[in-house]
Amino acid sequence: MDGMPILSLVTFLPLVGVLVILFINDETEAAKRNVRMVALLTTIFTFLVSLMIWVGFENSNPGFQFVEEAEWLGGGLTYRMGVDGISMLFVILTTFLMPFCILAGWESVTKRLKAYMIAFLILETLMIGVFTALDIVLFYVFFEAGLIPMFIIIGVWGGARRVYASFKFFLYTLFGSVLMLIAIMAMYWEAGTTSIPALLAYDFPPQMQFWLWLAFFASFAVKMPMWPVHTWLPDAHVEAPTAGSVILAGVLLKLGGYGFIRFSLSMFPVASAELAWLVFALSCIAIIYTSLVALMQEDMKKLIAYSSVAHMGFVTMGIFAANEQGLQGAIFQMLSHGLVSAALFICVGVIYDRMHTREIAAYGGLVHNMPKYALVFMLFTMANVGLPGTSGFVGEFLTLMGMFRANTWFAFFATSGVILSACYALWLYRRVIFGALEKESLKALLDLSGREKAMLYPLAALTIFFGVYPAPVFDVIGASVDALVTNYDAANEAAKAAMNIALNAK
Amino acid sequence: MYHAIVFLPLLGAIVAGFGGRAIGAKASEYVTSGFMVIAAVLSWIAFLTVAMAHEDHSTTVQVMRWIQVGSLDVNWAFRIDTLTAVMLVVVNTVSTLVHIYSIGYMHHDPHRPRFFAYLSLFTFAMLMLVTSDNLVQMFFGWEGVGLASYLLIGFWFKKPSANSAAMKAFIVNRVGDFGFALGIFGVFVLFGSVNFDTIFANAATYLPTEGAEGSTDTVLTFLGYSLDKSHAVTVVCLLLFMGAMGKSAQFLLHTWLPDAMEGPTPVSALIHAATMVTAGVFLVARMSPVFELSQTALTFVVIIGATTAFFAATVGLVQNDIKRVIAYSTCSQLGYMFVALGLGAYGAAVFHLFTHAFFKALLFLGAGSVIHAVSDEQDMRRMGGLRKLIPTTYWMMIIGTVALTGVGIPGTLLGTAGFFSKDAIIESAFVAQNPAAGYAFVMLVVAALFTSFYSWRLIFMTFHGKPRATADVMHHVHDSPPVMLVPLFILAVGALLAGFVFHDYFFGHHYAEFWKGALFTLPDNNIVEEFHNVPFLVKWSATIVMLLGLLGAWYMYIRSPQTPVSLARDHNGLYKFLLNKWYFDELYDFLFVRPAKRLGSFLWKRGDGWLIDGFGPNNIAARVSGLAQRAVKVQTGFLYHYAFAMLIGVAALVTWIMLGGIH
Repeated sequence: MDGMPILSLVTFLPLVGVLVILFINDETEAAKRNVRMVALLTTIFTFLVSLMIWVGFENSNPGFQFVEEAEWLGGGLTYRMGVDGISMLFVILTTFLMPFCILAGWESVTKRLKAYMIAFLILETLMIGVFTALDIVLFYVFFEAGLIPMFIIIGVWGGARRVYASFKFFLYTLFGSVLMLIAIMAMYWEAGTTSIPALLAYDFPPQMQFWLWLAFFASFAVKMPMWPVHTWLPDAHVEAPTAGSVILAGVLLKLGGYGFIRFSLSMFPVASAELAWLVFALSCIAIIYTSLVALMQEDMKKLIAYSSVAHMGFVTMGIFAANEQGLQGAIFQMLSHGLVSAALFICVGVIYDRMHTREIAAYGGLVHNMPKYALVFMLFTMANVGLPGTSGFVGEFLTLMGMFRANTWFAFFATSGVILSACYALWLYRRVIFGALEKESLKALLDLSGREKAMLYPLAALTIFFGVYPAPVFDVIGASVDALVTNYDAANEAAKAAMNIALNAK
Repeated sequence: MYHAIVFLPLLGAIVAGFGGRAIGAKASEYVTSGFMVIAAVLSWIAFLTVAMAHEDHSTTVQVMRWIQVGSLDVNWAFRIDTLTAVMLVVVNTVSTLVHIYSIGYMHHDPHRPRFFAYLSLFTFAMLMLVTSDNLVQMFFGWEGVGLASYLLIGFWFKKPSANSAAMKAFIVNRVGDFGFALGIFGVFVLFGSVNFDTIFANAATYLPTEGAEGSTDTVLTFLGYSLDKSHAVTVVCLLLFMGAMGKSAQFLLHTWLPDAMEGPTPVSALIHAATMVTAGVFLVARMSPVFELSQTALTFVVIIGATTAFFAATVGLVQNDIKRVIAYSTCSQLGYMFVALGLGAYGAAVFHLFTHAFFKALLFLGAGSVIHAVSDEQDMRRMGGLRKLIPTTYWMMIIGTVALTGVGIPGTLLGTAGFFSKDAIIESAFVAQNPAAGYAFVMLVVAALFTSFYSWRLIFMTFHGKPRATADVMHHVHDSPPVMLVPLFILAVGALLAGFVFHDYFFGHHYAEFWKGALFTLPDNNIVEEFHNVPFLVKWSATIVMLLGLLGAWYMYIRSPQTPVSLARDHNGLYKFLLNKWYFDELYDFLFVRPAKRLGSFLWKRGDGWLIDGFGPNNIAARVSGLAQRAVKVQTGFLYHYAFAMLIGVAALVTWIMLGGIH
């Protein structure tokens, strides 16, 4: 495998699909099918190639692997790619979820099909790029550019209030990204490099860390999203087409979490320790606040969107608990949430395609004529609630344990989330699935089609598999997280020692 | 062998659950029940080899890796010792009988494969719970039985009341699990592990001797309190006990259990009487090496247990639904078990768990047989006079009742199962050193009086007197088929003899060689010897109140049936108070449910809508509305502005870097 630039290959493979699609005319039905097939095959092929990364990955190596370097833009910048235990599985998650996105819009999207598929394939490239970039400018380009296809997806194929939703998205994101850009400039000014490995090794002065941390925080907190900058997410989800929701919940929300780990925690450890309380407080508020809000939702997608905010609260909390359980739990929670929330949005899509409403009150008693659907929906509801035996439990449990080790107050409030999540999730399930089948319009609904099974069953199998046997994931992320925690603790020890010396000198 | 015991029910659940449509209802029933029979036989073999043998056959069976993160190391594994063996026998025996009984009871239901799949799934989760060798796997089983319970309570998903009851059960249990989870984290912080072996090894030397160096060092800061070792253990025990309170329906977290009676009756027998609700008792018994370190926590356990025993018995006095009476009785008996645990009489607690499983399952299945006979009627006010029509069921219920009320002759070995186990707890309460022991003794004796009263009231209202059902219903009354009666016979044998056969092992002369250290008691805790030496009157107290209760019930429901009516009229307030279960449901609705909904609405409309959006994006949006209006189409509007802004930013950055690179 030496010499083959596998990361670049995986990152840019979807663009090959784009090229092919550009040459297909989507006037006829047959051509439309071709467009879909090309997109599907491209994403599946990308996924298979990306598995080679996992195969060739050395679990015991905490550093970056598969590193590629090349001159870029006339030598001023370097094109640098690489993955470590923290980022590798996010690449796999992205490539894994893409075929599901293509399938999710298989029948429901008929308008501007070519553009739709192209937008998704470009989005895939940009998302993978975020996780594989080892140069901060490259990272920034991927990170911000990824939003453009997402805007288009919401704005063109979205629901009735799509303009409002994308505008809101835009405002929030603009605010964060401007600050991040300034921070990146400052970092270059200080360290003289844009290479992420070099920046990771660089020791930023505590005062500067503080400001840089806040700037990055503004950007990542919006992406997560954290309370109180979360209100774009429910609107974006509600308006986005199913596949847009899947990719938004499955991958885009993880960019923020990845950024927190890669930049905030790793590069600014002293500031992270100092400001952890802020993250803890916002996370706890997010968990309780959004769970209560989710309880009262009347729109299924909104409910799940709010529950995503709560789940991301566990992630941010685990990250800044900055111990092995918290961090590994947070990464696992992100991966698991990628599967589970994606599946939940597909579940909503399944009945939306049939009934064209997301109103919870419009449903009831679906178990009678859709038993298979009821079963998988139950499984994902339970995974969302964090039932042991599903992947949702492992991440939630570990992040809470990490939090408990760091601060019991916050752990106490955050753990109350397990009660609230049961309330809103079971209540939703009960109103949609259980009860008598009384509404005339629902009586003719058919159970899952072959395409829908092909989407939901693999996700269900993985949700259980990683709940029972999460070891493959922890094997990958263990070494990198251990190294990160060690560096973090060492940096904070050093800072404390320096502080003491300074105090004694006075 | 242990793999087979645990995984056969899972296999059965998978076969019946996914293949039920293909193989049909009959085959699903036979497959699941057949697997259960094998598992039950193997469990008894395990019981004989591990518990009854002289040598120590305790072992740990590794199954698979689970979670290895940092110093946290959790595997799927079975811990096999006497306590596990006892639970295996209880769970698998009752579960097998319930499976078989359900073949008859659920005969008319169109969803039988699903029902049997759930039953087997429940059994699997319960087995994972009792065989677990660490707290996290136990939590898996713990929530797994909660899920199965949720599914089975809501089995008849057309009924709104069943759906609410199912949700309530899951959510109230989650409240307990909240404490349990925090308790697990606490154990991990204090003992550095969640595996029982390590926890117990560390617990033995955990508490520093009085005044030793470091005895007051802070080991855990919980909610702002800096706790030294002994206080930290107390907090951890109380948190774990919160989990036990939820699962075992103890006072304050009991509200889900009576509602759970919405499920099919075999479910009530298996889950809400014999097995799942005893998981809390099992948890405390399993963690006895840690609980023994905290006298405060144990006292709390005693108080909650005694209060529950009394409270549930008072409510049981006036209920009219035959299943609810038995449900409150279960709640009350679980209280007895917790009192025993809190007093350090772990053997007595597990013994009562063991005997209770037989006679309570018998009572529930008997009640199911009655309900089956009277066309699914559950209200005892519309029963009566059934004795002659369903004699077999009648006698089975009588056996269950004498076992529950503890009929026997003190000082001799003549007695039913409850006589040995319940009286042992009452006597332990009398001799124990615990500060709450006196309270517990009084509460338990009063509860025993009430138990006897409501149990006989149930018998008299159901089987004696004049029929109060319609002639049509009475015309159809028939005794159950053999497939339902045979399980009753087997349970009846257990209800009569389990106490006599096993009392010496669980809580008597063979205590040490039976448990082989599976239950831990401090060296100065010798309640096992002491409880034999109680005054004559104490020994007879339970028997006397039992007779009083019987007399009272006989007087009020046979001799002079108008007495309870006039009593209820004269003491209307008290009657309403008891009938409405001390108004706990209304209280919780007022305190938690409605405020949560109001708060949710408030945060959504005001918090998100008015505050954040109003001052955030919408506010900005209003100011740049000119821009927004021009942006009719997203593609041509601010989207490109954004992309443009970003590109300019990047370009500026790149230029700047390149210029900087020249320097």
